[in-house]
Amino acid sequence: MPMADKKLSIQDVSFSYGDDKQALRNVSLEINPNELFVIFGPSHSGKTTLLRLLNRLSDLLQQAQIQGNILFNGMDIFAPNTDVTELRRQICMVFATPTPLPGTIYDNMSYGLRMAGIRDWGLIDGRIETALRQAALWDEVKDRLETSAFALSGGQKQRLCIARSLALEPEVILLDNPTSGLDPISTSTVELSLFELKQKYTIIMVPHSVQQAARIADNAAFMLNGEVIEVGENADLFVNPTDKRTEDYVTGRFG
Amino acid sequence: MKRQHVQKIGEILSLVAAAIVIIPIFLVIILILVNGIQALSWEFISQPPRSGMTEGGIWPAILGTILLTIVTAIVVMPFGIGAAIYLAEYAGDNRFTRAIHLAIVNLAGVPSIVYGLFGLGAFVLFFNLGTSIIAGALTLGLMTLPIIISTSEEAILSVPQEFRIVSRSLGATHWQTVRHVVLPNATPGIITGVILGLVRAAGETAPILFTVAAFYLPELPRSLLDQTMALPYHLYVISTQVPGMPLQIQYGTALVLLLMVLSFTVVAAIIRAIMRRRREW
Repeated sequence: MPMADKKLSIQDVSFSYGDDKQALRNVSLEINPNELFVIFGPSHSGKTTLLRLLNRLSDLLQQAQIQGNILFNGMDIFAPNTDVTELRRQICMVFATPTPLPGTIYDNMSYGLRMAGIRDWGLIDGRIETALRQAALWDEVKDRLETSAFALSGGQKQRLCIARSLALEPEVILLDNPTSGLDPISTSTVELSLFELKQKYTIIMVPHSVQQAARIADNAAFMLNGEVIEVGENADLFVNPTDKRTEDYVTGRFG
Repeated sequence: MKRQHVQKIGEILSLVAAAIVIIPIFLVIILILVNGIQALSWEFISQPPRSGMTEGGIWPAILGTILLTIVTAIVVMPFGIGAAIYLAEYAGDNRFTRAIHLAIVNLAGVPSIVYGLFGLGAFVLFFNLGTSIIAGALTLGLMTLPIIISTSEEAILSVPQEFRIVSRSLGATHWQTVRHVVLPNATPGIITGVILGLVRAAGETAPILFTVAAFYLPELPRSLLDQTMALPYHLYVISTQVPGMPLQIQYGTALVLLLMVLSFTVVAAIIRAIMRRRREW
């Protein structure tokens, strides 16, 4: 494997799908290992589309067309010999709406591992416990792993979805507004766990708000209408933005 | 006229329309129940007909219909459910898919007697299966195929798209997603569709007329290549072909057929209710 100091390198990517719907225009971003990178901007600015491109969930869209390159550890993810299922185990996605699969908590936690063909139940159980601890959910569910995942509260469901991805021991976690439906206490539980998680993983996250972005980001990118307007470190971007549009959005003049 | 009055009239008219639909069903059931109930006895459902079918029971016809329904289910389910999976999960929106859908709609509209003649030509004669349970089941299967495909496809499509995306995002392949997420959650709908299709098959006369049904057979079938009696055809025979047939036996036979078909429908409704209550999404 070629060495690369960037975890992900998005190079001049344009993307359209459906009937000529141009979703991304010439997007370029570099994401470092073990950072919490935040992509923020108003609705329909292409944030979710960009996230879904990174583990090729965009393949599921009709008439998807892509230009440009995305390198993961220096490897082109659109290369014909890419194992897409393996890529999705390394770059995991957590969605805005917490979506457990029908079944028990244990079914959900073991799903990705079982689909990967792992039959070593000792290993699976170990991974599940570790992942649930990382997502700060273990103490709440350890005695009811065999109960329905739908009986959990909203915040628990979202942490379950995060833990479900962590059980795969990915390298990158994509979080699409993971605190959208959560109350402030659950939100801060999730935010706190992010600081733990980035010790081990690279996290790319679409935040719930500019305030959340400023609270948690190491680096951030501001997107508008499918374009990246400005990229920078937290201290610069939210305090001294260079672009007028970034400033207007960060200070709440639109959005 | 005031708007409220128009509103009231509309409500009443639609109520009347709905009530008119219910009345014939009740009349049919009550008529057959009242006239047929005296015929019902253990002997009636466990013995073969005697004395030119004017006495005895209808056991060979009951067993024949049960056998036909089971064999039909076995031959039609793999094709019907398989086709539904293909259409709902794999086929894109293109000309080929639309042609298949059009074929299914048209297949559903073909009169049952045409299926009967087709079964005679294709299964009985061309494939040389003779007048047999397997030929009859294949014919009935062909007739129920459109119902099973349509309802199964609908059941598969009703599984929320989010589940598919989540499954794929956890590294499952398309087939793993279908096998472990879509099908388990579509099963209640698929079972209901299969049962409703089989209900039609169990009650049909025309498709089995030339392919399997025997006018009178004192012995029970021993293999799938044997003929058998069947309830709908037996009912037709004793109502129109046998002079001096006691009315009681005719109504009794109709009642047994009706009860069998209704119990299928009830089972389908119960399965659906249980599965729906257990469903979490």
